[in-house]
Amino acid sequence: MSLAENAGAVRPVSPLWTFGLLRSELTTTFRRWRTLALLAVLAGVPVLVGIAVKMETSDGSSPGGGGGGGPAFISQITNNGLFLVFTALAATLPFFLPMAIGVVAGDAIAGESNAGTLRYLLVAPAGRSRLLLTKYATVVIFCLAATLVVAVSALTVGALLFPLGDLTTISGTQISFAEGLGRALLIALAVAASLIGVAALGLFVSTLTGSGIAAMATTVGLLITVQILDQIPQLHALQPYFFSHYWLSFADLMREPVYWDDLAKNLGLQALYAAVFGSAAWARFTTKDITA
Amino acid sequence: MGELSAGEPVIATRALTKRYRGGQLAVDGLDLTVPAGSVFGFLGPNGSGKTTTIRMLMGLIESTSGTATVLGQPMPRATRAVLPHVGALIEGPALYGFLSGRDNLIRYDSADPAADPRTRKARVAAALDRVGLTAAAGKKAKAYSLGMKQRLGLAAALLQPRRLLVLDEPTNGLDPQGMREIRTLIRELASDGTTVFLSSHLLDEIEQVCTHAAVMTQGRLITQGAVAELSAGARGRLVVTTPDPSEAARVLKEQGVGDVVVTDDRVTGEPPDRDLADVNAALVTAGVRVRGFTVERASLEDAFVALTGEGFDVAG
Repeated sequence: MSLAENAGAVRPVSPLWTFGLLRSELTTTFRRWRTLALLAVLAGVPVLVGIAVKMETSDGSSPGGGGGGGPAFISQITNNGLFLVFTALAATLPFFLPMAIGVVAGDAIAGESNAGTLRYLLVAPAGRSRLLLTKYATVVIFCLAATLVVAVSALTVGALLFPLGDLTTISGTQISFAEGLGRALLIALAVAASLIGVAALGLFVSTLTGSGIAAMATTVGLLITVQILDQIPQLHALQPYFFSHYWLSFADLMREPVYWDDLAKNLGLQALYAAVFGSAAWARFTTKDITA
Repeated sequence: MGELSAGEPVIATRALTKRYRGGQLAVDGLDLTVPAGSVFGFLGPNGSGKTTTIRMLMGLIESTSGTATVLGQPMPRATRAVLPHVGALIEGPALYGFLSGRDNLIRYDSADPAADPRTRKARVAAALDRVGLTAAAGKKAKAYSLGMKQRLGLAAALLQPRRLLVLDEPTNGLDPQGMREIRTLIRELASDGTTVFLSSHLLDEIEQVCTHAAVMTQGRLITQGAVAELSAGARGRLVVTTPDPSEAARVLKEQGVGDVVVTDDRVTGEPPDRDLADVNAALVTAGVRVRGFTVERASLEDAFVALTGEGFDVAG
């Protein structure tokens, strides 16, 4: 067999093989019990919101008691189940979604370092830049998957508990249900993109420490701190630079016509965070002594 | 990557030095030469700098000064070209506990951009078979015993035909049968032409499988060379076990035995050049009751103690 003869000689290497690591990374991440548990929690939020709204409005009153409390769009759910998608995303974006991202991103490098598997990946040789890029790509894909889990769960619950149909935008105009679905998908993408900054921050923290738990806790801690600081009026000048500042801009996709300013600012800010913390993570990881 | 030219060492370091950030000098001016085709034993007490050296050779940590070449190319600059030809087991195995043994190997193989995905399954199965783990391949790695983890770590090093194997304490955690199997495996690999760089603190292990050895202590290289030459430096000792040690010591001195030492019922000394049967006959004639009469072969351990003047304790 020529195969056996070739084994010892020069092996032709296909550039496509480099993506084997990404595939391995994705299957490893999504087969972990922890990842599945995070996704299950995220899928549970729309179920809880849906049931709560259904129970509260079963006597005919409007949810939130007319006081305008609760997440965005909550008062519209009883008219149209599709609004549960927007409400669920608005409810999970401030904490549940970024926390899940923080866990996965924080553990990305530090967890491998903690388990000692990092040294074997590097002598394989995975290549430091390639490994870091693969990890970041996996976290970004997880952002998308987590957001879609919330959206799909919300759509399912909304369709089961409430009527579906044409909907009214924030601007007061009517759009068809099909277009509403399209807007929902756009909103899910905008929410997933909002998490890119946290993902880069978490990955950077992950290259600083050899403990997965410490990296996850730091990332989630930073997330909470930034959200609190974003509420303090005296920090007005700094707030536009907080990664969470424009998060709720996704609601502008429900205007007619769509109001793009804050959405664009949000995307720009996320790209800035990805560039800054991605570079910092790269600088740190490619020069680090791997002693674990 | 190009082939090594004839006689070029597989690993060569020049004044390789590593000082950690705390100021601790882990490796101090190391000049190591590992000849192609050798089974090279890398000896030293715990904390002597063996693992730091191996990590520098594998590009995991950067040297403070000095140079290292592996397979003729500078490290860590050429990691991408060199490491696909190197299988390594560093400081024990590290596995994904939630993955099966087989999936662990698939993951490590996927990390190598030079590994052909079309042959991955077959190569993983062959590596599992080689270390005797085929039956346990589907079990989650967290359920493995230390010995099984060690075998899986070895299997990861054998996923491809390698030109160099770096094995750090490969028999750690194995039972005697497992140790024998691994040593046999190392001899097999070496006979196929793979250079094996084997670190160990078990001297008899090095003596059994290695052709060459180097000894490190406190970050410095004390000696390196062929094992036969190293242990030839230390001679064997005559050991007589007897209930009459003082009488035995007198007779042995008469018979030309040098450096006679008496400890309880053991009398030891450097054997004379004459036939030892005559020495034994002289003891019996003199009325010494002899329980045992042997020559303890000079081991690498004797050579080691002679070289370092210390036992095999952890370096402070």
